[in-house]
Amino acid sequence: MRAADLLVARRSGYNFAFLDEHSKREVRRALLKAVAIPGHQVPFAPRELPIALGWGTGGLQITLSLIGPRDVLKVIDQGSDDSVNAVNLRRLITRTTGVRTTTDTRRATIIQTRHRVPEESLRADQVLVFQVPYPEPLRRVEPSDVQTRRMHAEQDYSRLWVYLYEDIVRWGDVTIPHRYPVRVHGRYVMDPSPIPRWDVPKLHRSPTLGLFGAGREKRVYAIPPHTRVEPLEFDDHPFRVEDFGGERCRRCGSGRSFLSAIYDRATGRRYYVCSDTDYCERRIAGGAAQRAAAP
Amino acid sequence: MSIAPAPSAVPPAADAQPLLVLERLLKIYGEGCPDCVARTGPAAGTNVCPRCRSVVACGDLSLRLDPGEIFGIVGESGSGKSTLLRCLYFDETPTAGHAYLTPYEAGRVDVFAISPQRRRYVRHHLLGMVYQHPHLGLDLDTSAGGNIAEKMLMAGTRHVGRMRERARELLGRTEVPLDRMDEPPRRFSGGMQQRVQIAKTLANNPPLVLLDEVTTGQDVSVQARVLDLIRSLGRSLGLAMIAVSHDLGVIRLLAQRTAVMKNGRIVELGLTDQILEDPQHPYTQLLVSSQL
Repeated sequence: MRAADLLVARRSGYNFAFLDEHSKREVRRALLKAVAIPGHQVPFAPRELPIALGWGTGGLQITLSLIGPRDVLKVIDQGSDDSVNAVNLRRLITRTTGVRTTTDTRRATIIQTRHRVPEESLRADQVLVFQVPYPEPLRRVEPSDVQTRRMHAEQDYSRLWVYLYEDIVRWGDVTIPHRYPVRVHGRYVMDPSPIPRWDVPKLHRSPTLGLFGAGREKRVYAIPPHTRVEPLEFDDHPFRVEDFGGERCRRCGSGRSFLSAIYDRATGRRYYVCSDTDYCERRIAGGAAQRAAAP
Repeated sequence: MSIAPAPSAVPPAADAQPLLVLERLLKIYGEGCPDCVARTGPAAGTNVCPRCRSVVACGDLSLRLDPGEIFGIVGESGSGKSTLLRCLYFDETPTAGHAYLTPYEAGRVDVFAISPQRRRYVRHHLLGMVYQHPHLGLDLDTSAGGNIAEKMLMAGTRHVGRMRERARELLGRTEVPLDRMDEPPRRFSGGMQQRVQIAKTLANNPPLVLLDEVTTGQDVSVQARVLDLIRSLGRSLGLAMIAVSHDLGVIRLLAQRTAVMKNGRIVELGLTDQILEDPQHPYTQLLVSSQL
């Protein structure tokens, strides 16, 4: 630990990374079990935090229990580094650790995210931490926890499949826009947190460790690197990601990223921009550099 | 009802392998004590143990069922006949006993002793259950087609088109109008719900179907059609069935062999015709003579 880090941590009046060492250890223990059983929800004991439940306490505790002084942190909220949730979480983590932060996906070692996976391909030396509101993929079809646990244990996912079947019969396609249920390592069905369907294929055999934390629901789970992650799909109704109908990002011109629709009040028209702001900025900067380099 | 009685059983070949062997099934509700079985039963006139007040719902029941055979169980309310079916379908955990199904591991493994996952397999691939109340066997808010699909999804089918084709075929067989396939059974009449339930039961071609009071509580014309349907399905698909009823008429129409139960015991077992024409046990005599 650098002297400056210690100083920051000590000046905050809290232990390094806010939580006491025993609490961090408890979270890490739960994470080890989660990594050992891919997609399985492991209970853990969340601690009291200076942010409200439902605002990312699960992901935050994972980050706090893993972070070291040499880590470089990136926090995003639906692809944006600048939204309120991301800014507050980042501030809490840096004030109690003194770690460096970045918005550049490539430079980060820990990326805490709310509801997106960055567009940039991630690497094996990075960790992706998801904030999860509802960890139970079977909640759609079964309100009782006793029952959902039995269903997971017995690998009884037929009612979730019936839900998809009914969706197809009624609407011609599966209508789940986010939190699309996936099967991990051919065994447990898992809620990938409210990421859009666009991001689901990025989880499949990803070299990056994915950790999921649900503070209010007191569960953590994980996708170890290179694990099979398959969306539930029928042979004659394959899983599909969002289709933007050929629209492109208005700022960077990208046609290969997940787009957010923005309503222009002045003109009353809808336009699209990249949801991942870092990706978008870098494309704009790259384009500018190219133009500058051109004779 | 004007349907002819069931054809009498073809005596099985001596070396024919039975489909189901049930050995000494015991189901006790309550703590149970060593005296439970000895102090209950038809001789004692009760199935409540006088010492520990436990209820002996099924006391040491054994039976064999041949492939394609329709077996009837008749008895008064509380005689343990539904509990027997629920134990066979794993809805209840038996206190003791063994069951061997020939299609599962060649009948060498006791299905009461296997893991919950294996039990699911047996339940969804080898067995079908038609409950008295359709809401027990169906999700009334999921479409009729979805209910049938559920059974196939449990068995691993992952093709919507094929499942719908099969659902159409089954609903056609059970005379449910096909244009109502995507409606929830909650909007159907009782008889139609029962026919959807039968269609669902047949989805995976189980070799053994359990029928628990399928016609009780329905009006006579519906009863006749449902029984007729069950008989023709049994014949055309070669299904073995265990039909439980307190109605001797139903048993007479369906079953080739019949067991009479009272106070958790089988008091008489034999060919249905024989039991109805020449009842031996006093309780069976009472049952037959009190037919309206």
